[in-house]
Amino acid sequence: MINKITLLASLALVLGLHSAEGGDITGKVTLKGAPKAEIKLPLDPLCKRTVKSGVTPTTRFYATDASNGLADVFVYLKKVDATPTPTTSVVLDQKSCEYSPYVVGAQVGQTISVKNSDPILHNVHPTPKKAGKEFNKAQLPNGPELKFSWNKPEVFLRFKCDVHPWMFAYVALIEHSHFAVTKEDGTFTIKNVPAGEYEIEAVHRKTHPKGVGLVSKVSVTDAGGSVDFTVDITK
Amino acid sequence: MSVPDWPNTYGYNMFYFPLSQWVGGIFWEHSHRLMASLVGLMTLILTIWSHGRSGRSLLRYVILPLSILLTFLVLINAENNTLQHASITGGTGFIALFASFFWPRMKPASKLMRKLCWIALIMVIGQGLLGGLRVTLYKDEIGIIHATLAQLFLVLLVAIVFVSSKRWIGWKAASKDNHTVTNRFSWMMAALCVFVVCQLILGAFMRHEHAGLAVTGFPLAYDQYLWPPTHAEFVNQLNVDRMDHRDFNPVTALHVHVHMLHRSMALILFIAGSLFVGWTLKYLGRQHLLGRLSILWFSLLCLQAFLGVATVWSNKAADIATIHVLIGALTLALGSFMVIAARRSVFLAKEASAMRHREMPSDLIPTPEVAVAKG
Repeated sequence: MINKITLLASLALVLGLHSAEGGDITGKVTLKGAPKAEIKLPLDPLCKRTVKSGVTPTTRFYATDASNGLADVFVYLKKVDATPTPTTSVVLDQKSCEYSPYVVGAQVGQTISVKNSDPILHNVHPTPKKAGKEFNKAQLPNGPELKFSWNKPEVFLRFKCDVHPWMFAYVALIEHSHFAVTKEDGTFTIKNVPAGEYEIEAVHRKTHPKGVGLVSKVSVTDAGGSVDFTVDITK
Repeated sequence: MSVPDWPNTYGYNMFYFPLSQWVGGIFWEHSHRLMASLVGLMTLILTIWSHGRSGRSLLRYVILPLSILLTFLVLINAENNTLQHASITGGTGFIALFASFFWPRMKPASKLMRKLCWIALIMVIGQGLLGGLRVTLYKDEIGIIHATLAQLFLVLLVAIVFVSSKRWIGWKAASKDNHTVTNRFSWMMAALCVFVVCQLILGAFMRHEHAGLAVTGFPLAYDQYLWPPTHAEFVNQLNVDRMDHRDFNPVTALHVHVHMLHRSMALILFIAGSLFVGWTLKYLGRQHLLGRLSILWFSLLCLQAFLGVATVWSNKAADIATIHVLIGALTLALGSFMVIAARRSVFLAKEASAMRHREMPSDLIPTPEVAVAKG
């Protein structure tokens, strides 16, 4: 009898845990409308030397693929409880006088490390509006990483380099880990979302300058969930 | 803010910052700081100069002890590059001591001149501190005050140049004229200068918001003859459509309003300026110095208006926008000079009239009744 109870309890626990793990939310963000052409970056001679031959760096406002999948869109769940802050860092690299990645997500309190892989001096100038303190620090060529962290959410917190006025990166800071940034084909995956009904938001930095994007609902089961967005710039 | 620290430059004492590192935005910001230091130094010399032979005492008993104190503080407090800082502060003291032996033994300048020099020195120090606070506190508002104070400092320098010139003593421009006309001229010009200062403040606001050009197109503003719409949907669409490698802060409705206010005030200033020149030429004539200066001032205003339009058409190209700011400053400086010159004329004319009055025998001075009867 005791063995049966133990077996049932174990089964319930396994099922419960499985249910708590939930599934992945997948989807795609598509751009509707034709944006203006991207602009060639006016690199100075020092920066030009760091760029591979044949490459023409441009702005990255609307990065789309052949199917109009829109990259660099931050997708995250709304009204979700905070999750523990990861101990790993989010890394921004300055390479060929550009920040990489251009858009990245992070949790509040998480360390954001900024590298300088260029043989050129940069200044790292994050300009938060809500998250907290502004900084402006010099970073020597291949110098040690600069580390930052903020304790309030902000979508998007801008990093810039004033020496090279075309250099930007945007960090979306939120309080939990259920987020993703769309890839080059516009697809995204938010992993390990517990089963349930959620509000989900997709924010594109250029189209949603105030950080308020497209909101939708998604139902997550153990098999996961799916939701697509269309960013319409024809309006 | 290409140079993130202050008063240092990337950790160096700013006068030791290697030339090889003057690249990109650093070149402009570092040059700005060095020019500011030069202006500060020249203002300090001017202030000491205004005290004539007493300047020797100022150099020996004020500048030298201050330099020694600063050097001492640097030696015990500086975390790095101590020798760089100490060489500048200590070197300043040494130069002050050296200069005190050769300082000219001339008469001090007038009390007014000395007062103006001290105000200039306080302003230039304040301006330097504001520039530093702008860097360390990351406040755009400080940048707006910094830009405005720079214009007022320029006006003060114009006053100092005029007061210290030989022409100040023997200023004759309008002393023989009807000083009522000159008096009106000065007040009208002063009002126009206040208008120009307001324009410069609006311009400083537009620059320091780092939002780029809030309204494109001229003479229409977003295809509107008067005021473009500023509702949320329209402003959002502006930001969506805007492509610029500088990736400015998003335009807001406030930016659009301020931009349009700047345009409107420019139009009012242009109309008022043309009426003012017409009035001046009618009452003072083309041969009169103030008449000729008015034409020059109005020419600057026209050039400034053209540069404003060019700034819009070029999507706020840095060189054109900078010349626009420069001509704005020159317009204010010339206008201020005209106000001071006119006020000086009125003062001298009144003084000459009073002197004639004093020299006249008492029985020839008309009584109020006679004066009224004569009209």
